[in-house]
Amino acid sequence: MMDRDRLLEVREVTFALQDKVLLAPVSFELDKGEFIWLTGPSGAGKSTLLKIIASLLEPASGEVRFNGEPIGTLKPERYRQQVSYCFQNPLLFGSTVYDNLALPYHVRRRPPQRQMMIEGLARLNLPAATLERTVDQLSGGEKQRVALLRNVQFSPDILLLDEITSALDDPNKRAVRQLIDEQVRQGTAAVWISHDRQETVGSERILTLVAPQNGGQHGST
Amino acid sequence: MVRHEISNESLALALGLVVIALLVSSRERLALEKDIVWSVVRAIVQLTIVGYVLKYIFDLSSDPITVLMVLFICVNAALNAKKRSRGIDRGFLISFVAIAAGTALTLIILVLSRAIEFMPMQVIPVSGMIAGNAMVAVGLCFNHLNQRFSDNRQRIEEMLSLGADIRMTSGKIVRDSIRAAMIPTVDAAKTVGLVSLPGMMSGLIFAGVDPVQAVKYQIMVTFMLLGTASLSTIIAGYLASRRFYTSRMQLK
Repeated sequence: MMDRDRLLEVREVTFALQDKVLLAPVSFELDKGEFIWLTGPSGAGKSTLLKIIASLLEPASGEVRFNGEPIGTLKPERYRQQVSYCFQNPLLFGSTVYDNLALPYHVRRRPPQRQMMIEGLARLNLPAATLERTVDQLSGGEKQRVALLRNVQFSPDILLLDEITSALDDPNKRAVRQLIDEQVRQGTAAVWISHDRQETVGSERILTLVAPQNGGQHGST
Repeated sequence: MVRHEISNESLALALGLVVIALLVSSRERLALEKDIVWSVVRAIVQLTIVGYVLKYIFDLSSDPITVLMVLFICVNAALNAKKRSRGIDRGFLISFVAIAAGTALTLIILVLSRAIEFMPMQVIPVSGMIAGNAMVAVGLCFNHLNQRFSDNRQRIEEMLSLGADIRMTSGKIVRDSIRAAMIPTVDAAKTVGLVSLPGMMSGLIFAGVDPVQAVKYQIMVTFMLLGTASLSTIIAGYLASRRFYTSRMQLK
């Protein structure tokens, strides 16, 4: 019997480029509304793992299942609307912040809601005028927050967060943390990469990857 | 009509121009002497063969052979355009479909409108002109696609990660690449007669045709070059842009 709350199963997933192993076999499960910290040294394959789960990369071996279905059998664009990867150093596309926040509406064939975008920006301490700013005027921290907002506007089933606060100061880190906590309370599951011990201390679940060349097993609590 | 015939002796004397190029190359240490000699030999041999082949085909005046010759031109153009397609698999097939479709459509319109007649003497030179132009445009389009897809890798992945489809992620890149590939053809059309007297018009004037009549042909050539270049680059652009993704809509 499948667990009804089981959203995601990662089974022995690996990744390699030209015979060089970049991700040693990793397995874990994720339930609805569950939150996992993903940690480990540089080169352990944390971002790679999230990109594989987001179906942006194909694993060398192993399998990812979403709601019991292998993700290779699901329509990529529909799947990625529900399982959304957020980049660590987003570049943003188009010309303005509005273009970035409007894309998730376009992919769902819905008219963009400016008022909703402005409210979202305010929650992340960004003024309404940000909407009209061109993307190359933004700082790294501003881009990180705009990128996160892109991913959470339609509360996906799973959020895959890649060090999304690395360019933020403490008040903004707290704002992001509150936003994610709220999403998780509403049933979104999240996997969050962090190097920050302060962030992860006392958390329920931590998955620690080891670098492939060090052998050994990935750890989890 | 005054006909000007070029004698073999005059051609041999004109070879003096190549000697100038050789002298410049050796004086300035450009190390181009070998290439220049090779290119001159190739030009003489290729053109002589083509001259006799064309004479033979024109005399035959057979429709199937004419079509075969047009296909031969398109295959060669596609082989050359493919060289610009590094990183794009099925580069030859895409180039061939794009160039052949552009050339065929333009030929059909020219023949149906009676601008040219379906006879080897008219169809083959016109095919050479339009397929050659399409070849350059398609090659440029490949170049721009490669450049833009590699520059915008992460931006594309950001869009994909939000659930965008390929039409959304590639749209701007494909449009920009098609536009960039067409600029030389459009610019040439803008300055035709002001900067250059193009080959066909010059040839007709040389052969003693009234310049006003020659201009009419050149106007037709301008139309057909624009038509073929745009059609071929659009086909090549859209077909090639798909090749940057896997079947799972991931960037290769």
